[in-house]
Amino acid sequence: MSKEWPLWEIFIRGQHGLSHRHVGSLHAPDAEMAIKNARDVYTRRNEGVSIWVVEANHIAASAPSEKGPLYEPSESKIYRHPTFYDIPDDVGHM
Amino acid sequence: MYAQMIQSEASQDDPQKLAEFQARIDADIKIEPRDWMPEGYRKTLIRQIGQHAHSEIVGQLPEGNWITRAPTLERKMILLAKVQDEAGHGLYLYCAAETLGVSRDDLTEQLLSGKMKYSSIFNYPTLTWADIGAVGWLVDGAAIMNQVPLQRTSYGPYSRAMIRICKEESFHQRQGFDIMMKMAQGSEAQRRMAQDALNRFWYPSLMMFGPSDADSVHSTQNMAWKIKMNTNDELRQKFVDQTVPQAEFLGLTVPDETLSWNEEKGGYDFSEPDWSEFFDVLKGNGPCNTERLEARNKAWDDGAWVREGLLAHAEKKRARKTAAE
Amino acid sequence: MAQNNTHLAEFLLRMGDNALILGHRTSEWCGHAPVLEEDIALANTALDLIGQTQLWLTYAAEVMGDGKTADDLAFLRDVWDFRNLLLVELPNGDFGHTLMRQFLFDAYQSIHLPRLVRSTDPRVAEIAEKASKEASYHVERSADTVVGLGDGTEESHNRMQAALDRLWPYVGEMFATDPVDAAMAEAGIAPDPASLRTEYDALVGRVLAEATLTVPESTFAHKGGRTGQTHTEHLGHLLTQMQWLQRAYPGATW
Repeated sequence: MSKEWPLWEIFIRGQHGLSHRHVGSLHAPDAEMAIKNARDVYTRRNEGVSIWVVEANHIAASAPSEKGPLYEPSESKIYRHPTFYDIPDDVGHM
Repeated sequence: MYAQMIQSEASQDDPQKLAEFQARIDADIKIEPRDWMPEGYRKTLIRQIGQHAHSEIVGQLPEGNWITRAPTLERKMILLAKVQDEAGHGLYLYCAAETLGVSRDDLTEQLLSGKMKYSSIFNYPTLTWADIGAVGWLVDGAAIMNQVPLQRTSYGPYSRAMIRICKEESFHQRQGFDIMMKMAQGSEAQRRMAQDALNRFWYPSLMMFGPSDADSVHSTQNMAWKIKMNTNDELRQKFVDQTVPQAEFLGLTVPDETLSWNEEKGGYDFSEPDWSEFFDVLKGNGPCNTERLEARNKAWDDGAWVREGLLAHAEKKRARKTAAE
Repeated sequence: MAQNNTHLAEFLLRMGDNALILGHRTSEWCGHAPVLEEDIALANTALDLIGQTQLWLTYAAEVMGDGKTADDLAFLRDVWDFRNLLLVELPNGDFGHTLMRQFLFDAYQSIHLPRLVRSTDPRVAEIAEKASKEASYHVERSADTVVGLGDGTEESHNRMQAALDRLWPYVGEMFATDPVDAAMAEAGIAPDPASLRTEYDALVGRVLAEATLTVPESTFAHKGGRTGQTHTEHLGHLLTQMQWLQRAYPGATW
């Protein structure tokens, strides 16, 4: 079996000025492609966002304590939203 | 469901640690990748999340079957966006599984060799455009029943993936019902097509929840671990109760002569699907099992040179950069 | 229809049909790409293109003024009425072939659409404004992939060179000026395609060189798609599939 593309952790800052936030991971051959993949997978090309990618095995993480507290860490196309579909009230909740 | 018949793995762990682990779960504290967890919990989760991920990407195929034949530009975009979401959901779930120490390639190999399963529902064919409506309405409707509670599952990465999935998935069922409405209000041929789709997808949709597991030890363990949130029968009942009035609204007939409202239990009485058919499908004898696995294998094999080529380029670039420094 | 409008409608059909046919071809990949990340990216490209189709064909239908819709134009015309480049109707081939075709088209769009943003026709400018943003991302992505695969393994290099050799004869059609183009240029609606060739060759040349690929020497160009004079045999099969429901159930609402 051929080698797998490395895993990248994806951090995105949205338009509202909040700091970059971990949104998930993906595979890519290098950092440049990871950024492009992140754009396609996690932002659906929303304008004005900033993307950070970090290769997963470069992340140093604190060790969880046994009982300790938890370490908690798009503008989409309109048809992706439920309100796009006009479902009559009689149908009930969907 | 997308993860049917998940057996739990027994653990040989320190009772003290097990008790602390269970106490955390009971207190609704999420388990995170680096936390201690029983080996059985880890293995069961890999199996469940992996099967769920496989279901998403195999699930692209029956609906993808109609992308090139969608009847309007808008329907084409909606369907493409939906099937693309399924690829995304598969991706999120594979990533969640990877936090448990298995690689996406390992899981993929197990799917392609037939060692790991995916949901039985995707082994049924989509023959007409109404089937695309029925899949959205019934199959996504059934999936949502299971996925909404799983947002509260005990494993952090799985829970976060489910939250993202549920958010994106909210339009999927509605687009299916919207297609069914157009068909049901359409020409005689369209109404017949819609009824035919309901006839073929009704029982396979009920099978998605899996056979009754009220007495299953696996189910009890998985519910204690909060990686399964409801029994199969609870979810199936909920699905029937929600769906029957929707079918009536469409003017379609649920293909079950025994279907009747039971005032006492506040739900419908309905016929069980043919479970021997279900087990046949799981064994590989569904109408499309062979085609589905062939398609996944072909995509994987044909894509090998692309994955290798892009990786080789990335390594060359890195080497050049290092040499320049 | 006045002569001016005939030319404008013809131009809009060319824009819309390119987007429609390539969007359709790209959508064929959904569920079959080499890796999930690429599957999702290709679907985004297809969604952008079909979205552009709606805008171009809606305007084309308005200019034609006979009460048709974008869907009528997409689903009820036969082969000889299509005005897309032959390049975009060619079958997908392998992933490298698909990405090479995408790049050769994206490169053209990334140069053509920004010019249309300055069109004297406000509707054309408005559509181009949206489409050019999408095209600039498309070309970035497809160029990267062409470079990655061209300069990847020996196998990926050979496959990309084969794709380029196969597709290069379909590039010249983009720049073959005809009376419709002349009328559009005259009216300031769209640039004369021939005037874009130098910039195109520079962009494509730079990327293909980085991809270690050799541009074929032949300047022969297959033509006829955008004028409607001829098409490849492939387009008819594509339409057979795409138009099936509309043809089988005439007048139905979906």
